[in-house]
Amino acid sequence: MLEVRDLTFKVNENGIERSIVKNISFEVADGEMLVITGPNGGGKSTLAKVLMGIEDADDGQIILDGEDITSYDINHRANVGIGFAFQQPPRFKGMTVIRFLSLAAGKELTKPECCRMLSAVGLCANEYITREVDATLSGGEMKRLEIATVLAKPHKLCIFDEPEAGIDLWSFSMLVQQFEKIHQKKEQSLILISHQERIIQMADRIMVIEDGRIGAIGPKEDILPTLMNPAGTCTCLPQ
Amino acid sequence: MALLDKITEKILKQIDESGFRQEGAFNLRHNGIALCHGDSEHIKIKKKEDRPGIDVYIDSNTKGEQVHIPVVVDASGMTDVVYNDFFVAEGAEVTIIAGCGIHNSGCNESRHDGIHSFHVAKGANVRYEEKHYGEGEGSGARVLNPVTNIYMEEDSVFTLDTAQIKGVDSTQRETNISMGKGAKLYVVEKLMTHDNQSAVSNMEVQMNGEGSSAQIVSRSVAKGSSKQVFHPKAVGNAGCHAHVQCDSIIMDHAEVSSIPEINAKHLDAAIIHEAAIGRINDEQLVKLRTMGMTEEEAESVIIDNFLN
Repeated sequence: MLEVRDLTFKVNENGIERSIVKNISFEVADGEMLVITGPNGGGKSTLAKVLMGIEDADDGQIILDGEDITSYDINHRANVGIGFAFQQPPRFKGMTVIRFLSLAAGKELTKPECCRMLSAVGLCANEYITREVDATLSGGEMKRLEIATVLAKPHKLCIFDEPEAGIDLWSFSMLVQQFEKIHQKKEQSLILISHQERIIQMADRIMVIEDGRIGAIGPKEDILPTLMNPAGTCTCLPQ
Repeated sequence: MALLDKITEKILKQIDESGFRQEGAFNLRHNGIALCHGDSEHIKIKKKEDRPGIDVYIDSNTKGEQVHIPVVVDASGMTDVVYNDFFVAEGAEVTIIAGCGIHNSGCNESRHDGIHSFHVAKGANVRYEEKHYGEGEGSGARVLNPVTNIYMEEDSVFTLDTAQIKGVDSTQRETNISMGKGAKLYVVEKLMTHDNQSAVSNMEVQMNGEGSSAQIVSRSVAKGSSKQVFHPKAVGNAGCHAHVQCDSIIMDHAEVSSIPEINAKHLDAAIIHEAAIGRINDEQLVKLRTMGMTEEEAESVIIDNFLN
């Protein structure tokens, strides 16, 4: 179980301190899927980065299965069981796909193992295994590979930052199936940052982040209807 | 079979990954002397009469054979200059595995200058692998100055795969290639320098034949206070295609210069050059750290794969 207590993250812009994540507290139960949604620039990705240790929290606590991991660095958090898929994954010149997935899995993968991982994210394995993780891969291919790196080994908690961004429709439905599979097994907790209705529909609970704060959190049944009918409508268009 | 000492065995492992076995066509040069050599049915190696070195004759019926010609220098203060010529007959297919390792445990400079010339006949396909490596606890410098001349006839294919792994204090590499009609050239150059090492690589590719093509990829990592200079020059004298790509990772207090030169002397010469120098990308480090690696481990993985 993940427990987040009073988490705060600030940046200093031209000498002016600004809070991006403001005093956020929530929990994610074992095997639960929490979908984080909300307006762009609201602090969702930053919150995810603070959870992974990519950004250091200014205040608050992060507890995973009773262990306070707030002071742990990125690799330490990875080693206690957090996986992270980037919104915009980096490319690596000279690194083959099989090597990259082997590093992610923490062991040398056989070709069939690697093929299964690639197929699971909609990449035709034979075409990709020996390709390099460089600019020759499209944005969509990079995103699918990024997701495969997180699925390459079991975690206690997986965080996916907008997994659907840049992925074509066909691959998207395969991806949704993958998330459903993991979710059904209830072995890993999932945090997905998403704007996609199909992903939001899968959630056990939904958390809306607005202006660095939790706007709403609760079971899908309670939150989803409010998302579909936003209270504030645009006033600049003539009625 | 010649008995080899431990240092020689160890260096051979570094410079000849596919394994030096004293079988088929081979020649091991040790401190300026041919320690052992052998011919095969299709490949004959002859000692030069007029100067140090060998002539290697590869006949037309050679298909997929390997020639191993490693050089080991473990005498401190030694300067070894060698001239090796390769005559590859029409239609032959061969892999030549060269490489030089210097073990210097003394205080004097040890140096090897290998001057290699390849005469590649029509339709022949040559893969040439050359690894350079230095080691030894002595303060004497380990210096390697290779010269590689490649003459490619019509429709021949040449793959030049060079790597300087580590431990070479100073290197000045000169590579000259002239290409006939339809000839295809692939060059992969990998280089790592550290401490106070320096490396200069000059390459000139003259595309003289219609339809010739060249693909040149250079990847390097400069650590410590080392210095690297790359000067690849591609000249299109006929309708041809060339793509030159130089990528360097710079670390610590190192210096890297990339001086591209592309020169078209024909309307249908299409030549592209790309060059990039930069530090290890932070996002790459973070990604690998989210897989559980420490920053140092991630750095070493990035470099190893970049030079892979």
